[in-house]
Amino acid sequence: MKKVGKTIIYLLLAAVAFVWVYPFIWMITASLKTQNEFFASGLSLIPKSLNFDNYVRAWNNANFGVYFKNSIIVTVSVVVIVLLATSAAGYVMGRYMFVGKKLIMGIFMASITIPLVFTVIPIYELLKEMGLESNLLGLILAEAGGGHVIFLMLFSSFYGGLPKELEEAATIDGSGFMKTYSSIMFPLAKPIMATVVIMQFIWTWNSFLLPLIVTLSKPELRTLAVGLYALRGENVVDWTGIAAGACIAVLPIIIIFVCLQKYFVDGVAGAVKS
Amino acid sequence: MEGKTTLMEFRKMNSVKKKRILRKNMWCWIFMLPTLLLYILFQGYPIITSAWYSMLDWSGMTMNATFVGLKNFKELLGDPLFRNSVANSVKYMVLSVPIQLILSLVIAYILTSIIKKGATVFRTMYFIPVITTASIVGIIMIFIFGGTGPINQALALLGIDTINFLGDEKTALFTVVLIGIWKDLGTYMIYWIAALQSVSQDVYEAAKIDGAGKFRTFTDVVFPLILPIGGVIAVLCVIGSLKVFDIVQTMTNGGPYFATDVVATFVYRTAYSSTTGSPRLGYASAAALLFGLMVVTIGVVLNFAKNHFNKKRNV
Repeated sequence: MKKVGKTIIYLLLAAVAFVWVYPFIWMITASLKTQNEFFASGLSLIPKSLNFDNYVRAWNNANFGVYFKNSIIVTVSVVVIVLLATSAAGYVMGRYMFVGKKLIMGIFMASITIPLVFTVIPIYELLKEMGLESNLLGLILAEAGGGHVIFLMLFSSFYGGLPKELEEAATIDGSGFMKTYSSIMFPLAKPIMATVVIMQFIWTWNSFLLPLIVTLSKPELRTLAVGLYALRGENVVDWTGIAAGACIAVLPIIIIFVCLQKYFVDGVAGAVKS
Repeated sequence: MEGKTTLMEFRKMNSVKKKRILRKNMWCWIFMLPTLLLYILFQGYPIITSAWYSMLDWSGMTMNATFVGLKNFKELLGDPLFRNSVANSVKYMVLSVPIQLILSLVIAYILTSIIKKGATVFRTMYFIPVITTASIVGIIMIFIFGGTGPINQALALLGIDTINFLGDEKTALFTVVLIGIWKDLGTYMIYWIAALQSVSQDVYEAAKIDGAGKFRTFTDVVFPLILPIGGVIAVLCVIGSLKVFDIVQTMTNGGPYFATDVVATFVYRTAYSSTTGSPRLGYASAAALLFGLMVVTIGVVLNFAKNHFNKKRNV
């Protein structure tokens, strides 16, 4: 009886899993089909032969090469900025009492619920005033903006939990504040860094509203997420080319996630618990 | 962590000690500075500015903006399209939140407490939509739910006429909700898994000794234990559903005939892609402000209710 119950549970899980991954399998096979084959056999998930023309077309004609490069530049820069900023802030929040600490955290926390659509209009106007609206730097800064409460909490509870002797030893050795942090504390935080890197990487790579607005009049700055959206408007017929573009955009992130998912899951879990 | 110093204690200290404390504060603020700047420039300042914009009549194209006070808000309250978008946001929330929370909890419980083999593989598969860009989801789903897409082909095999899921006013919002659940389920599943992992194994053992089955163990023992974290997850889910933008914009643009127009798409269209005349940044900001207040209020009320409820249980 127990065995039968387990089998049913597995079958249900598998059925749900099929619905959950079907669109991706469909996308991958569509990207390998020819146009004719695509319309002749929509339901079939196995392409007759492997055909990479769609990828070549998406990469060259539809500018996915440029979009891919933009996405990489923006995402990597944002990850580095956010990592360095939140680690430093989390360090002093976790290990020291200083004037204004509670106030800052309170304001950051209160801002969590505010939707991006509320702040995006002034963000764009601010970029214009700073003269950064027509280059990637503006997009990078705007994407890196915000309080990053989750990361601050992860870093501050990590640094806060390190033994006090570490600092005392460093002070005796004559290390100053900066050196103690950069050569002793920061290297210890590798597990948290992994979490921050993967979470921020995925968020930035997938970010849509901000790059959509910043690149409205500058198609050459589009990231993959926005490029795909624009492609749909410009070119409705080329489904297999679009599927290839979608694969180019989504496969790197799926591979990164599958390899590093432990850190991602730990990070989300840590955030909810605290 | 170093101890806190009150102002009184600080005054009594000798100058060497005072200097040390000032130095410490200075370093702390230097370390906070990058994060503070990122917050002030791209979140704090925009929040305040947006409130100012909401009282302007301004196209964003030119510098000349006219101060109109609360006129935008008055107009919004009477604007049928704005009301429609608020109604759709609420409908989206009411339809998606209960299904989302229950389904993700059931799956999380199965993956943590009932099966061992393959749990990670299933978890990964359910999570993939979460890490996929919304515009990709939009494009794939437009085709999958489209007239010649797999779902309609499958329906045709069953002898059912083609349904224009995303193009028909009657089915569009519901289809968007289903796709939203598909996309976000993984997030809430991970939250629930985190909650369930905080329950100690002893609890399960004790329930087993008492002869409770997996279902009874859950309803009588585990569920009450995770309820406090469950409250947080529910608040996150409600707020997340009210903020929905990406998938709506990429799948329907709020159409057909505004049937899926939520507040976020209303604001975006009014500010940046107006099809009727020039963009209205002031008006859009006012709508965003009203909506932001709505989300924050709901968040605060739910949070209060949750804390009140948790306190009662602990007495």
